[in-house]
Amino acid sequence: MKPVLNIEQLCFAWPGQPPLIDIPSLQLHTGEHLFIQGDSGSGKSTLLNLIIGMLPGFSGQVEIAGQALHTLSRRQTDRLRADQMGILFQQFNLLPYLNLVENVCLPCRFSSARRAAACQRSQSPQQEAIRLLERLRLDVGKLQKRPVAELSIGQQQRVAAARALIGSPALIIADEPTSALDPGHRDLFIDLLLEEAEFCGSTLLMVSHDPALTTHFNRQLKLGGHS
Amino acid sequence: MLLSMALKSLLSRKISVLLTLFTFALSTALLLGVQQVREQSKAAFFGSVSGTDLIVGARSGPVQLLLYSVFHIGNATSNIRWSSYEKLDQDTRTDWTIPLSLGDSHRGHRVIGTSQAMFDHFRYGDNQPLRLARGTPFADLFDVVIGAEVAAQLNYALGDGLVIAHGSGNTSFMHHDNLPFKVSGILAPTGTPLDRSLLVSLQGLEAIHLGWRAGVPLPGLKVSAEQARNKDLTPREVTAVLVGLKSKLHTFHLQRALNQQRDEPLTAVLPGMALQELWQVVGIAEKSLLLVAAFALLTGLVGMLAVLLAGMQQRQHEIAVLRALGCPPWRIAALLLAESLLLSAAGVVLGVLLLQLLLLTLRAPLLDSFGIFLPPTFLSATQWLQCAAILLLGSLSGLLPALKGWRQARANHLIRHH
Repeated sequence: MKPVLNIEQLCFAWPGQPPLIDIPSLQLHTGEHLFIQGDSGSGKSTLLNLIIGMLPGFSGQVEIAGQALHTLSRRQTDRLRADQMGILFQQFNLLPYLNLVENVCLPCRFSSARRAAACQRSQSPQQEAIRLLERLRLDVGKLQKRPVAELSIGQQQRVAAARALIGSPALIIADEPTSALDPGHRDLFIDLLLEEAEFCGSTLLMVSHDPALTTHFNRQLKLGGHS
Repeated sequence: MLLSMALKSLLSRKISVLLTLFTFALSTALLLGVQQVREQSKAAFFGSVSGTDLIVGARSGPVQLLLYSVFHIGNATSNIRWSSYEKLDQDTRTDWTIPLSLGDSHRGHRVIGTSQAMFDHFRYGDNQPLRLARGTPFADLFDVVIGAEVAAQLNYALGDGLVIAHGSGNTSFMHHDNLPFKVSGILAPTGTPLDRSLLVSLQGLEAIHLGWRAGVPLPGLKVSAEQARNKDLTPREVTAVLVGLKSKLHTFHLQRALNQQRDEPLTAVLPGMALQELWQVVGIAEKSLLLVAAFALLTGLVGMLAVLLAGMQQRQHEIAVLRALGCPPWRIAALLLAESLLLSAAGVVLGVLLLQLLLLTLRAPLLDSFGIFLPPTFLSATQWLQCAAILLLGSLSGLLPALKGWRQARANHLIRHH
């Protein structure tokens, strides 16, 4: 079976600087969850930008679900991101003018594959969104009427997690999603996210500077200094 | 989907969007309103006289003749002899003539000496005849028919008596108070200078000048109404004549003949040409009005652009989220463009409604206090064009934030750590 993420001889350097990313080989299969730990300046965000296809100019190979990024056009890369990836930012994940459920359903607007997958699991994207939000312990009935900007940071991150999960993308990429949460909420968030990713059959790739999270993951990678 | 997202995005920024919308609607209403006033004042101007083939007066310029005969502005330098008038009236090419005798006034309003022909042949606007709102044309020597605005302003009713002052202006000291007139009819509003005039018969005007020489009454010669009725009241002169011809083909021929005749120096003008010539002068005012309105619209557009561009600063995260979801840059640009399109479309619609509301409420007061009549019309062809132009400009100004968003969307970073 093809790996969800396959990296071979990946090398990247900003112009006039020594190589920042140098990964000889990395494979991630379905069911494997990778934790990438690194300090500031270790190239964590650069690596993520490479994987999601927003940063061209690397040498070597990056394959997502069997598609090599350097062979794809801009449009095809956008398509790949819409169909195969769920992305979770550190903060500001939600569109303030859409409500809870509309925010979670957004990926189904841009990808018919994820829309179909969501409909297969529940009746409609909306129902799948409600199911995911409730799995992540959010009271949809109570929160639905409120603007998303009024939710707590922890609640907003769980809404964003539900959005990354909807339609079962092959790869979920989370960039420091817990940096604004206290340790208790942090562990709960990661456990819920991993549990639901497992259920959906998605692979989770998380980046953080916080070594305490390592224990939750079955694969680890440390960036910076020595690799 | 794009439109619903654009709409939700706009609704989430209610206050700044509403303010922008209001500015936009106001400047739209201003521009369309100025256009409305322009069109109607132009129509009223060119409709001051219609159906008349020639205006004849003593030798002067065409514009001056038009000014005093039709607009009742200024005075004639000299008059036409009665014999010349009769000759013109009996010319085989002439269908009808309306004699006009100017020079007297009543409380600031011009008094025009004329004949029954005025009610039979005078046409204004879209070839409309004079209509009496109440009463009848003058039958008696001392009957007067007053314009709609005169009746409203001075609060005159049928049967009221009034005294004509010698000379024009509000402050004439010499009154023909020995021979008062009686209101026999009140004209319906016309939107022409006749609304502000009083009509009497030529003979009536002649009667009140009995015993006057060189603009002053001869001392001790007070004529009574009974004495006047027994005198020969054939006028000696008239100020101007409106002429209708049997065939338009004779117009230029008769005009040339009148302009070149030897026994009395006369000027004959075609009303249309003289109106056109005068409009070249007065038209500048309405053009500058349009310019001011256009600048107001420009201000509205710049205001909208400022709000949209300021919003872009706060929308970086939104663009990043949409990009992460695989939304292509052109769709982000389209979303931003759709927002300005919605905003300007709503602004134009609101502006049109605002204008209609304004016209509806201002119609009565405008007619009462300024004599400006705004007929209840919807948008003219030019105004529709203006709406389209405003919409186009609004969308064009939306290109700027759209371009900015597109460039942000194409940037090489989605994930940034500080």
